[in-house]
Amino acid sequence: MTAETIIQSLASGLLMGLLYGLIAVGLALIFGLMDVVNFAHGEFLMIAMYATFFLFAFFAIDPLLSAPLVAAALFVFGAVVYLLIVRFAVRAKANAGMVQIFSTFGLAIVMRGLAQYFFTPDYRSVTHSWLGGKTVSVAGIFLPVPQLVGALVAIAAFGALYLFINRTDFGRALEATREDAGAVALVGIDKNKVFALGWGLGAALVGLSGAVMAIFFYIYPDVGASFALIAYVTVALGGFGSVFGAFAGGIIVGLVEATTALLLPPSLKAVGIYAVYLLVVFVRPRGLFGSM
Amino acid sequence: MDTAFAERRRRDLIVACVLAAIAAVVPLFVKDVYVQNMMVLTLMWGALSQSWNILSGYCGQISLGHAMYFGIGAYTTALLFTKFGVLPWFGMLGGGIISAVIAMALGYPCFRLRGHYFVIATIVIAEIMLLLFHNWDWAGAAMGIDIPVRGDSWLKFQFTRSKLPYFYFALVLACVAWFVTWWLEDSKWGYWWRAVKDNPDAAESLGVVVFNSKMGAAAVSAFLVAVGGSFYGQFVSYIDPESVMGFQFSLLMALPAVLGGIGTLWGPLLGAVILIPITELTRSFIGGSGRGVDLIVYGGLIIAISLARPQGLVGLFSLKRKEAAR
Repeated sequence: MTAETIIQSLASGLLMGLLYGLIAVGLALIFGLMDVVNFAHGEFLMIAMYATFFLFAFFAIDPLLSAPLVAAALFVFGAVVYLLIVRFAVRAKANAGMVQIFSTFGLAIVMRGLAQYFFTPDYRSVTHSWLGGKTVSVAGIFLPVPQLVGALVAIAAFGALYLFINRTDFGRALEATREDAGAVALVGIDKNKVFALGWGLGAALVGLSGAVMAIFFYIYPDVGASFALIAYVTVALGGFGSVFGAFAGGIIVGLVEATTALLLPPSLKAVGIYAVYLLVVFVRPRGLFGSM
Repeated sequence: MDTAFAERRRRDLIVACVLAAIAAVVPLFVKDVYVQNMMVLTLMWGALSQSWNILSGYCGQISLGHAMYFGIGAYTTALLFTKFGVLPWFGMLGGGIISAVIAMALGYPCFRLRGHYFVIATIVIAEIMLLLFHNWDWAGAAMGIDIPVRGDSWLKFQFTRSKLPYFYFALVLACVAWFVTWWLEDSKWGYWWRAVKDNPDAAESLGVVVFNSKMGAAAVSAFLVAVGGSFYGQFVSYIDPESVMGFQFSLLMALPAVLGGIGTLWGPLLGAVILIPITELTRSFIGGSGRGVDLIVYGGLIIAISLARPQGLVGLFSLKRKEAAR
């Protein structure tokens, strides 16, 4: 193992990590807002990838262009899921935790079933996109262009999200609601509307990730499952509810995954991520940036 | 202990004995192998869910990684049998003990975690174990283990001619899991568990008692689930990591309890009696197309039930009990 291979894999790990962060940040946003983990998060990613694929296959719209469209579609989808399902799940008086887990998990199963029904279990991929298959070399290190662009999109999205939360009225309402949902009702903010918009925003972020990932990843009904677990770990590692934590968690997860792949057989590369999660929460039971 | 509670417990025990007796004669009249198979699975998942319920329902430590104990039970039994010729009965016991020990070893760091951090830790640990078995050549790696047929006897726990012996073992397993729950409900552990679940902060001030009672719940729960896994391995006679340790098994264990009523004595069995036949029927009648219609129906059902009746179905069957519990 030369220094070059190590730097090379750390660089790709970093790029992948930024994308993991982007996938996870929507999850963190929703959790911070209303203490709910969306167990269908991976399936949100899956439909975003399919949407990107079909826009490409039928209308020849490159994933780079369709990303905003897909994000917008997912925004609507997320808000609808909140209004149709999650709104009732959070109202449950008994076993609220289990009801949230199982209603969103039920949704995940339905979405996977629908994908199998309509799109068949076949593997699909976006071929000949503008960025597909290209690499650039930076100081002797080869970086795949799709992942590089994905990482840049992720950084831009984090920046936009930061400005959005801190500079807009809705962002402030979002912050206020996550701090005290009861008090915001007194100043005339409709909690339900904020939650619905929060779900929309969370879904839009995962929609953006899906569009970028469609450039270099196979698309099939179960594709979300593996990324979902990584997303939960990413969020928990950073500390539930912390958007910055999800960003940092993503980078850590990407780097750990790349390092594990150097040391262990490829089929075990996820073990490193899981082990780091356990180590972190055993030492800090609230994640790296979570408040106690 | 007040008299209403004592009265309720006595009635529960009588009802359970009557139900077990009825269940025992049913297969003498129902000869259809498909239905018998479904009954075996219903009892097995009822038993597993009842065991899961001890840790997650009564003690409130929601585990979505119990597939690990299920798999360890199945693997211990299968490996001891195929590699060393050890009878499945010992494998069952061994798998149970190994699982209980692992549950306590993991409980030591994990029980400090709260809420979603704990749930994700259980998923992640089970996933690590799954990946390790995937790469463990001696244990058949991803190919799994074919359990060879060495006869038709209770001694070797293999039955090729009839499903009935499996049915009776599953019935005993369900009865044992139920009885253990019933017994623990009124033990000092049972009270500690409810304290831990209802008010973790107050229970925390009792310190070591809380910790020990969580460890106890984890050990009992893991032991029983491993015995169930060991049974399942013998029943299907082929195991691989995905088919005994996959994440879906953790969910399948939780679902009947959630549906029937989490943290209740009858919830898991009631849930299994409703859910498992539905699962099997949707799978065999509309799942055959391979196009995921069964998933749509099944997932839709999960959403509908969990939203419509978050406290579980148990309350529907006895209004009196609710009054007694107040």
